[in-house]
This record gives sequence, C-alpha cells and structure tokens, in this order.
Amino acid sequence: MATVLDERITLRYGAGGQAMRALIRDVLTDGLVREEESGAIGLAAMDDGAALRIGNQWLVVTTDSHVIQPAFFPGGDIGRLAVSGAVNDLAVMGATDVLALTCAVIIEEGFARDDLVRIQRSIRQACDESGAAILTGDTKVMGKGELDGIVLNTTGIALTDRVVPDAGLRVGDVVIVTGTIADHGMAVMARRHGLALDADLKSDVAPINSLIRVALDSAPGAVVAMKDPTRGGVASALHEMAEKSRVGIVVDEQAVPVADTVRAAAELLGIDPLHVANEGKALLGVRPEAVDAVLMALRMHPRGRDAVTIGRCVGERIGSVVLDTGFGRRLVTEPDGELLPRIC
Amino acid sequence: MEPPMTSHNGGVAELKFRDPARARSLADALTRVVGDIDRSPVSIMHVCGSHEQAIARFGLRATLPRSLNVIMGPGCPVCITDVPEVDEGVVLARQGVRIATYGDMLKVPGTSLSLADAQAEGAKIDVVYSVAHAIELAKQIDEPLVFFATGFETTAVATAAAILRNPPPNFYVLSAHKYIPPVMEIVAEMPDTRVEGFLAAGHAATITGWGVFEPFVARHRLPVVVAGFEPLDILAGLVRLAELIRDGRPAVENMFPRCVTKDGNLRAQEQLWRVFRPIGGRWRGIAHVPNGNLRLRDEFSHLDARKRFDIDLHTLWDFAPAALAQECICGDIMAGIKSPHDCALFGKACVPHSPVGACMVSSEGTCKIWYQYGGHPDLGSVGRTLSGPSEGISDRGYCAR
Amino acid sequence: MCLGVPGKVVSVDGSIAVVDFWGVRKQICLDVVDQPVAPGDYILNHVGYAIRRIPAEEIGATLALYEELLRHPPEEDDLMAADVRSEIDGAADDQP
Repeated sequence: MATVLDERITLRYGAGGQAMRALIRDVLTDGLVREEESGAIGLAAMDDGAALRIGNQWLVVTTDSHVIQPAFFPGGDIGRLAVSGAVNDLAVMGATDVLALTCAVIIEEGFARDDLVRIQRSIRQACDESGAAILTGDTKVMGKGELDGIVLNTTGIALTDRVVPDAGLRVGDVVIVTGTIADHGMAVMARRHGLALDADLKSDVAPINSLIRVALDSAPGAVVAMKDPTRGGVASALHEMAEKSRVGIVVDEQAVPVADTVRAAAELLGIDPLHVANEGKALLGVRPEAVDAVLMALRMHPRGRDAVTIGRCVGERIGSVVLDTGFGRRLVTEPDGELLPRIC
Repeated sequence: MEPPMTSHNGGVAELKFRDPARARSLADALTRVVGDIDRSPVSIMHVCGSHEQAIARFGLRATLPRSLNVIMGPGCPVCITDVPEVDEGVVLARQGVRIATYGDMLKVPGTSLSLADAQAEGAKIDVVYSVAHAIELAKQIDEPLVFFATGFETTAVATAAAILRNPPPNFYVLSAHKYIPPVMEIVAEMPDTRVEGFLAAGHAATITGWGVFEPFVARHRLPVVVAGFEPLDILAGLVRLAELIRDGRPAVENMFPRCVTKDGNLRAQEQLWRVFRPIGGRWRGIAHVPNGNLRLRDEFSHLDARKRFDIDLHTLWDFAPAALAQECICGDIMAGIKSPHDCALFGKACVPHSPVGACMVSSEGTCKIWYQYGGHPDLGSVGRTLSGPSEGISDRGYCAR
Repeated sequence: MCLGVPGKVVSVDGSIAVVDFWGVRKQICLDVVDQPVAPGDYILNHVGYAIRRIPAEEIGATLALYEELLRHPPEEDDLMAADVRSEIDGAADDQP
C-alpha cells in the first residue's frame, strides 16, 4: 500500500494514480473525515464529488482545478476543460442537471487578453452545451513567473434523486465505456512534448451530462457505478472502482475502442492507451440484464456512438483489473506519475 | 493495394503479426514441441527488454507451457547502465549543465540520486525521443547540451549518425551505450546457468546481422534464434528455439527475415564503429563485461562530455548510498539466476515509486514488469465461470475513424 | 531493440522521410538505413531513425515461415493438426 514517504511533494502526487490517492488519504483529508449519514458521500469516499441529503434529494458538489499546459490544444482549451470537468464529475455521480457552476481564475501577469477572451468563449460554449450556468466566480492576477499562464477552478452543484457511486459494482456486472479512449491525453502529450507528430489527434473534451442522462433513464436503477477516466486513464478509474466495490474486473483488450491514430501515436511513444486521460468519456457499471438497453440508448446519442462493453466484474482478484489481451492475460497496470514517452 | 501488413479491415489492430488465431496455433505448437523434450523445466533466455515488455504486455506467459521457463537476461539497457554512469549524468546536471536524455533514464537511481531528483532540485533536464531532437535543441540554445547516450547498439547507431553529421559546437555526448553480444558469453559461462538456448533481439540483429552469433553458437553449443517483437514473432521464435533444443541442434536461426539478414545493415555498422570503440566495462549487477561498453573514439573527443567537463563524482559522496542497495540482487536477476520473488526487497522496500535497484525503475526491468503485471500470476481461469467478457460486445471491435 | 514500429514512407526529402504510422506522421532520419527508400516503402523505425527497409514480399515470406512451423505435427495429433490447418486457411482468406 503506497504511503506518502517523500519529504517533498513531486509531480507524481498529482498524476491521478496511487501516489495521489495516498496523499489525499494520509495528508490532505487527515482529521477532516467525519461520519456521514447513511448514503451520503463525503471525504472518506474520495469519490468524484460529495453528496449531501437535502430533503428527499441529494445535493452533489464537486470542485476541480485546471492547470493544463498548453492552455490551448487540438480539440479544446482550458476553458472547455474547466466546464466539462465539473459537469462530468457531477454527471458520473448521477447528477446530470447542473444547478450552478462557479468559476475562479488566476491569471499570470502578461497573459494575453485575446487568449483570455478565447477561453471565455469556450466556457460559454461548454455551458450552453451542458445547460449549466456560471453564477459566481473570483479573479486574481499573480506576478510574472509566479504562476504558469492561467489556472481555473470550477465548482459544480446539482440535485439528484439517486446518487451513483464509484463503488456499486457486483460480480456479474458489465463495464461499458461510452466511446474511444486516450484521445485527450495523446493530443495534449503530442503537443506538449513537441514530439513532432503530425497527426489528427484531438482532445475529446466535452460535457457528457446529457449522454449520461439517457443511459440512466434507459434502465432505471441498472447503472450501479460510474466514473470518468480522467488523469490516470481507464486503468486508474477501473482500479478505483474495483477496489471500492471489492470486485475484480476482467477487461477484453480487443474490445476497448481506440482510434487508429491514437493507438499509433501511443505505440510510437511507448504509452499504454489505458493510462491516458479522457475528458469526454465515462465508464458505466451496468447490471447484465440492462446492458443492451443502455448501449442502445448511448449509441443513439451523438457523443455515445462508439459505446461498447469492455469488461465484466468477477469475484476473484479483488481490487485488480485483469486484461485479456487476446494472446494471453495480464494485470492492468496503473501509471506511476507523469507519463513520459519512452524509447524502450 | 492494401498495405501488406494489415488485413483488409485496416488499422493497427489488424496487423497480421498480431492475429490472435495464428497466435493460438503457435502457442499450441510450442506446447507440443516442449512436451517432446524429455526434461522439465526447459530454460531459455532472451536478452532484450523489449521482448520482456512484449511478453508481459500481451500476457503471453499465460499461454506458454508450464515446463518452459523464459528468463529475462541482462537486456534492459536502462537497468544495466551502471551506477557510476548515472552518477556522471547526475553530477553534470547538478553542476548546472543542461542534459538531454531518453525518458527511460530519467528516474533511474545512481548512487543515491536520479536525474529526476536532480531535476526536482532545479537542474535542466530535457526528455527527448530521439538524438535528432537533442541536436535540434542544441541548435536553439547557446549553452552546452550534453546528450546522455544510453541504450544498446541499435540506439548507438542513431547517436553515431548524429555525431557524423556536423552537430553544433555546443552539443556533447556522455556515452553509456552498451553492446549486447559479449554479455551472452558471460551468461553462457556462468556456473549456475541452466539456459539451453537464447532468443536474440530482432532489432539489434537488424543492425549487426545474425552472423554475429555464429561464433557464440560454435563455442557454447547452444542454439540462438533471432526473433521480432510482435506476438506472432515471439511465439514463432520460441517454437523454433524449442525445436532446436529438442533436436539437440546448436545453430543460429533467423525467424525475423523481414528485417534481419546474415550480414546486417553494413551502412549502420560502419557508422557505429567509426564513432564508437568497445571497451570492457561494468554493467550494473554483472560486473565486468569485456567489450560491453561503447565509448567515443579519440577523433570525437571534442564532443565527449567526459573530456569537456570535469565530472566530480565526489560531490555525491555527501549523499549516503541507501543501505538497502547492499541487499539488492538485481545483478542475479538480470543474469537470470534469480527471480524477483527471490528478493527480500521486492514489492516491499523496493517498489516502482521508490526503487532500490534499476530493475524496478525501467519499464523493461524484470522487477518493474513483474510488479506491475503481477509476476507470473495464474490468470487463465479468472472469470471463466462467467460467460466471456465479449458477450454483449458490439460487432465493431475496434472503431476505425 | 525497442519500439520498432513499421511505418510507410509518404515522402522523402534528402535524408529525411515523412513516414506514416497508421495516421500518425513522423519525420524519420534516413542516415543509417542501407537501402534507398522511396514513398510507398515500409521502414522499421528506432528512435527516429530508419534502420531497415522492409520489402513488402518479406512480410508474406515471414508469415509463410510461421505457417511452416505448424505443418510438422506428429502423427498422433492429426486431429489437432487438421484444426490448426483450417485456422490458417481461414486466416489466409483475409490476405489482400
């Protein structure tokens, strides 16, 4: 079990994998965890958001900070990411009807006004797509060199009748992914490392609350777990779901949808698509009898055309994710820290 | 006209050398041939980190017959890059010299610090995918740039090519390149070796040719099969090697003819040996390998970081080497004598995010691979009581875009 | 040694080729490859350098070589051999 041994926080702790979970568990939430009333989701759950009982509904709250570099990347920008991130975190907890968003910006001195305007337009566009509204925010400017360009923080709140946690999987349940994986991370990585890859790699960043809604409505009660596979990719998300649900998950690698250019780029850089971040996709844990209905509903939605079953929950290898490669089997690994292109 | 390496459905997924049906046939053939050998286990060794990566990544061990023991030898270039060499890079970095390195080397611990540690302290380290990228970088800056040249001969060829084409005056090379054939000799001569045959690395052989293994085979009477890296290549290579072992035929066979010839790539070899000379040196965990290290010839000493900079390894002596390093058995693991499970530190004090030995750092290190992929777990039966995971899957398979 | 993914040459300009790896294009250096490379050829890439031109006919030859391995089953395994052969025949149907 990973614990925070280092005296200095390194980049690894922000990468979405085991190290980050250990940091949150052992340091950041220390002494803050309280007993939640039955069904409420609080700090201890380390879920995508929190859920509080309000009357006979649940108020779901999530918060995210966005520090992506570069701020503009193929397929989107930090503004679109900020809104989509919050909307999707709410959505994968079952709260698809966003009550409100907040948006705080911290801007580095010297940041171009035109860039800020572009980002704001993206924020507006993403709000329109998701039906979310920004009701309040905050603005700060820091000195040159004190911050890297721009940081956005969004908080989202929504009400829902039913909260869908990470942890609801049972043996026999099926795992569905709503579309192709690794699009976002590969697009950003190719740009960031200046890897001179000329390819049509585009981030998938998008709000998917309406997509989740159709899935939930297609089979009420049958979607029992959800997670959005952002940092750490599908691998980390499945590990968390398996650990929290106390099941094992077997994934059929041949079924996992990866666009050809993304797969080729990942192969060239020696990176496993399962480790790469997604910003417009969700993993759904579904009761087996409802799979067809959920898939059909997803595929009728423009953002769910490539939805497909990728795995099953089993009662062995609790907390692990087993990959059936088509040639054999192995455990799915989790990325440890920042993904680096490797030659070997 | 279809690209010949893909079926008409196109896409990486349809690469012929990744066809699961053919792979199953080859795995069955392997089981048959190994079954015909009257000893158990039969041990063979490969000397290429990429082979281990491919075996692990495709989960091939789950399909290999139990009586076949495929050992990873000292074929991970990161793992065998010795501590003093990593220290040289770290010292330079801490002296303020800008370093360009392949991503693989970034986190490898030297005596006590890795390049990543130096970077966290403020050193300038650039991760590059190619030496050409490092050259481009050098052209854009004024300060010296030292390229930390790691990897085996296949990678050394690229470094040589770059050096021969007028690199900018601020470009230097710290060579930690290695040459594989000599270490096979060492392993073959180790008293504890039970290795009955070798799987040789296809890409290195693309450069050196397969003829380079003939003296080895003549001397040690052990078969060598050159294999590529796709699942079919590896399985086919193993089948052929098992056949040679079964038939008692010490021979070199080339199972990667699409890339490897007897003489290899002479143009690449000529450049390699023009720039580099082989010297004896230490490989981490294996001690001395005659002719196993590649260093710049005198003619290129103007580019040699070791000549240009005063690399004072004493500055690292303030950092006590981890006591744990004494217990590290990476050397034995890399020689194929022990496995990670034999190591008291494996998975406990030595884990990927706080590694003791290099085997745990590199993505091709035996220990790292075992830790991540779960060793050689018996995963074949997991979930079989349920109907397979493909039930309910769309008929789409991969989605081409 | 590592990550030698084959790619298809799109264009050549002196010692640099633009190579397509299933939709991803990279500039690959031709300084060490030992045969002239032209658009349409396949090359094996290692750390941004082409180390081998892969002749199209060799791919078929390699596959045939692998299939040879499956034609030596001992007599008592005829049933399995028949199975295996039919699998190969089935797979061979999707050759271009």
